Amino acid sequence: METINTTLLIIGAGPGGYIAGIRAGQLGVDAIVVEGAQPGGTCLNIGCIPSKALIHAADEYSKAVTYAAQESPLGITVDSPRIDLARTIAWKDGIVKRLTGGVGALLKKQGVRVVHGWARVLDGKTVEVTPPAGGEPVRIRCEHLLLASGSHPVELPFMPFGGPVISSTGALSQDSVPRRLVVVGAGYIGLELGIAYRKLGAQVTVVEAAERILPAYDADLVKPVANSLARLGVELRLATQVAGMEGERVKLRDASGVEGYLEADKVLVAVGRTPATTGWGLENLMLDMAGRALKVDAQCRTSMRNVWAIGDLTGEPMLAHRAMAQGEMVAEIIAGKRREFAPAAIPAVCYTDPEIVVAGLSPSEAAAAGIDAIAASFPFSANGRAMTIEGTDGFVRVVARKDNHVIVGWQAVGVGVSELAGGFTQSIELGAQLEDVARTIHAHPTLGEAVQEAALRALGHALHI
Amino acid sequence: MGIHVIKMPDLGEGIAEVEVVAWHVQPGDTVKEDQVLADVMTDKATVEIPSPVAGTITSLGGAIGQSLAVGAELIRLEVEGAGNLSAAKARQEPVQSAAPTAPAEEVAEPQLEALAHAGAPPQAVAAAPAPSVSKPVSNPASNPASNPASSRATNPAARPAPQGAAPMRAEGDKPLAPPAVRQRAWDLGVELQFVSGSGPAGRITHADLDAHVEGRRNGAGGGSDERYAEQHGEHATQVIGLRRKIAEKMQEAKRNIPHFTYVEEVDVTELEALRIQLNARYGAERGKLTLLPLLMRAVVLALRSYPMMSARYDDEHNLLTTYDAAHIGIAAQTDNGLMVPVVRHAESRDPWSSAAEIARLAEAARSGRASRDELTGSTITITSLGALGGIVTTPVINRPEVAIVGVNRIVDRPVIRDGAMVARKMMNLSSSFDHRVIDGMVAAQFVQAIRGYLEFPATLFVE
Repeated sequence: METINTTLLIIGAGPGGYIAGIRAGQLGVDAIVVEGAQPGGTCLNIGCIPSKALIHAADEYSKAVTYAAQESPLGITVDSPRIDLARTIAWKDGIVKRLTGGVGALLKKQGVRVVHGWARVLDGKTVEVTPPAGGEPVRIRCEHLLLASGSHPVELPFMPFGGPVISSTGALSQDSVPRRLVVVGAGYIGLELGIAYRKLGAQVTVVEAAERILPAYDADLVKPVANSLARLGVELRLATQVAGMEGERVKLRDASGVEGYLEADKVLVAVGRTPATTGWGLENLMLDMAGRALKVDAQCRTSMRNVWAIGDLTGEPMLAHRAMAQGEMVAEIIAGKRREFAPAAIPAVCYTDPEIVVAGLSPSEAAAAGIDAIAASFPFSANGRAMTIEGTDGFVRVVARKDNHVIVGWQAVGVGVSELAGGFTQSIELGAQLEDVARTIHAHPTLGEAVQEAALRALGHALHI
Repeated sequence: MGIHVIKMPDLGEGIAEVEVVAWHVQPGDTVKEDQVLADVMTDKATVEIPSPVAGTITSLGGAIGQSLAVGAELIRLEVEGAGNLSAAKARQEPVQSAAPTAPAEEVAEPQLEALAHAGAPPQAVAAAPAPSVSKPVSNPASNPASNPASSRATNPAARPAPQGAAPMRAEGDKPLAPPAVRQRAWDLGVELQFVSGSGPAGRITHADLDAHVEGRRNGAGGGSDERYAEQHGEHATQVIGLRRKIAEKMQEAKRNIPHFTYVEEVDVTELEALRIQLNARYGAERGKLTLLPLLMRAVVLALRSYPMMSARYDDEHNLLTTYDAAHIGIAAQTDNGLMVPVVRHAESRDPWSSAAEIARLAEAARSGRASRDELTGSTITITSLGALGGIVTTPVINRPEVAIVGVNRIVDRPVIRDGAMVARKMMNLSSSFDHRVIDGMVAAQFVQAIRGYLEFPATLFVE
C-alpha cells in the first residue's frame, strides 16, 4: 500500500477543512486534504449556497405570481408565470459546481494536495483513504491531524430518511415541487426551505414541538417572520410532535396527547444536525467528547496531542464561518503562530422571509450574563429605504452595557438585513460604544440608517421616531 | 493609667552600649506581656527584648542602628495601673536617651529619596512622638529617620508599576480590544487581561500594547535591548548591626596589626584517603568528617610546640596572654555576614567531637541563636571558604588574637615524587600572623609543623 507523508492532514474539505488547507499552503505547511465527495462540504454542496439559490429562485417566482394575480401595488402585471424546477435546480447546481471547482483551484494554487476518497483514522498520525469508487487505498502519515468531518442532518428513528421522508439535502434536489409538504422542525433550516417551497407553490405545514417557531430567537425578533408565514399561507402546528408515517400521512400528537394526521407528498425532517463522529474510525482515538461533539480547547486541540478538530464536529454553533475561522487559526498555530479562537461574537443569519440576523447578546442573554444592559430598537417602518423595497416589517435592535455604552449585541429582522451582519459583528469586535455608531455617518437611503438610529435611540435621541 | 519605662538591660561582660537592630512594635501598638519589642545587639550576640507588662507603646527610645547606653530608656508604654514611673515625673524628667526629633526631620528629607530607591520603607520611627531631646545626636549616620535597616522589601509607592496609570477593568470583565490588537498581543505573547486600556470604555489600543511591552522590558522582562541598557540606580544602605561590627573589627585589625602572611602547600593525598576511610568506617555512627576537624587537630598538636600562637595581645597595655587551651574560632558565613563561633577547648576533642561542635555552632550562628559566649573568647582562628577556597588568601587576624590559619582549595596537581611525576591532592594553607609578637621564622615553623601532621596523618592520632 502506498504511504504518503505530510505535515498536516485535514479530513474533510468543507469550509473549515479547505480554509485550513489554503492557509496552511500560504504559510508553507505541507498539507493534504482528504475528501470523499466534492470539496466545499455541506455548505457549498448541500447547505448554505444551494439553499440560498433555491430561496432566491422561489422569491423571484413568488413575485411573479403576485404580479400575475394583479395584487402588486407596484403596478406590475405578468401573465401566467411558471417555474421549471429542474432548470432551477440545474442553475443552482451550476453555482455549486463553480464554487466547489473554485475551492479545488484555490487549494491547488497553494500547493495543497487533495486526496479524493473516504478517510479512516487508524491512529492519531495515520489515516487510510479509500477512493469512493473503491480500489487501492492509500495510507497517509502526518504530524498533525485536523478533523473537519462536519455534521449530518438528525434522523428521527421512527421516521428514517427515504421515500417521502427527506432531509435538507433531499429538499435541495427535488425535480418537482411537491403538492403537499410537511416540514418537521421550525428551526431556521425548516423555515427557510418551508417558505421557499410555499413560494414555489407547495402547500406547506410546519410541525414544531416547541410553543413557537425559531425557539432559539426571542419572540420580538420572530414576530415579523410569523406574520410573513401567515401571509404566505404556511400552516403551523406548534406544540405538536410527529409520531411517524402511516402511508402518505404523517401521524401527529399534540401537547394534550390528541393524535391527528397530515397528508403529505414529501416530509422534510429538519430537526437539527449532529456531529459526524462515527463511521470513519474516529472512535479509535478515544477522544474526549462534549456531548455528541468532540471536545476542543480554545485552540481547537482535542484531548490527543497534535490532533485538532474544527467546525460542526466540535458542536454548536454549527456555522460555516465559525469553521472557517477555526480552520484558519489551526493552520496558523501549526505554522508556529500564537493564536486563540476568541471571537467577541459569531453572527448568525436566518434566510427566512424576512431575514433575521443576530450578533452578540440579546437583551435576555445579556441579563443572564450579569450585564446591566440597555436595549433599543428602530423599526424599518420609519426607514425610507425599507419602504422602497417593500420591507417595512422588522427592526434593528442594539444591546449595550449601561455603564460604558459598549455594544454587546445586535439583532435585526427585515428584508435584506443579512448584509448588516458584517457591520454588527465588526462594531462588537472593535469594542464600539453606542456613541461610535451614533456618530458614524450612515449612507442615505439605506437600511443601515436604522442601525445608526437604533444606537441613537439607545442614547435617548433618535431622530426619525 | 500609668507609664512603664523599659530600660536597656545590662547584657553583662562590662558592655556599656547596645545597638538597636530591630523594632517589632511602633508607637500606638498594643502589646501583651512577653511580646518581643525589640532586637538589640552587643558585640556579636543579638538579644530579644520582651515586654514585662501589657500596655500600649507610646514612644521608642531610639532608632534602628542607634547605640543606647545600658540603663537608657529603650521603650515607653502606657499601662493599666501605676506603671513604674509617675505621670508627673514622666513629664518632668528629661529622658536620658538619644532620640532627636529635629535632626531627624532635617536628615530625613534629602535621604528619603535615595532610601526609597533602595527599596526601604520609610520608618515610622521618624514620625513617632519621641521623648524630649536631651542631647544632640553624636553620630548623624545612625540617625533615626535615615534608618532603613537595609530592608529588602520593595516600596510600592516608590516605583509605580508601568501599567498602573489607567484603572484596570473590574474582575471578570473581559479585556476589550479590537481583533488587530488581539492578534498582535498573541504574536507578542502578551495576555491582554494584564494590559490596561486607555481607549473609551477601557478599550485596549495598539499604543496601550506598546506601553505594556515597553514597561515589561524595563521591568523584569528579558528583552534583548536590556543587556546593553544604561543603569542609573543608586542604592544607599546604612551599615548597621552586625555589618557595622564586622566593619569596625576589620578596620581595627588592619589598622593595628602588621599582618605577615605565609603560604605553604600541603600534600593532603594521604589525609583525604584517611578521611574517606574513616567516613566509610565510622561515618554512619559518628558522622561524616570534613577536612576542618582534622586540621583543627593538627593545629592543636602544633600549638604544643608553638604555644605563643594561642594568644590574645592587648596592644593598649602591651600585654600578651598565651593560653594553654586552644579555643579555636571558626569563621562562618551567615546571611548577615561573617561570624566567628568558637570551639572551646579544641585540645580536648577528637575529630568527631570537633566536627559535631562545628556543625552545632555554625547552625547557631546562621540562625542567629548563638550566645555571646559561643561567639567570643577564641585564641586562634581557622578560616575556610570550602570549595571557594581559591589558591591563596590573605586572612585578616581576628583581633586581639595573633594568628589565623586559612584553608585553600584542594586540587589534583602533578607533583615530582622520587623523580617521577605523580598526581597528588594539593592544598595551600594561607596563614596570617601579628608580626609585632610573632617572628617570621616562628610563623613558618608553626605552619610547617601543621603541614607535617597533615601530610603524615597517622601522627594526628599516634603520639
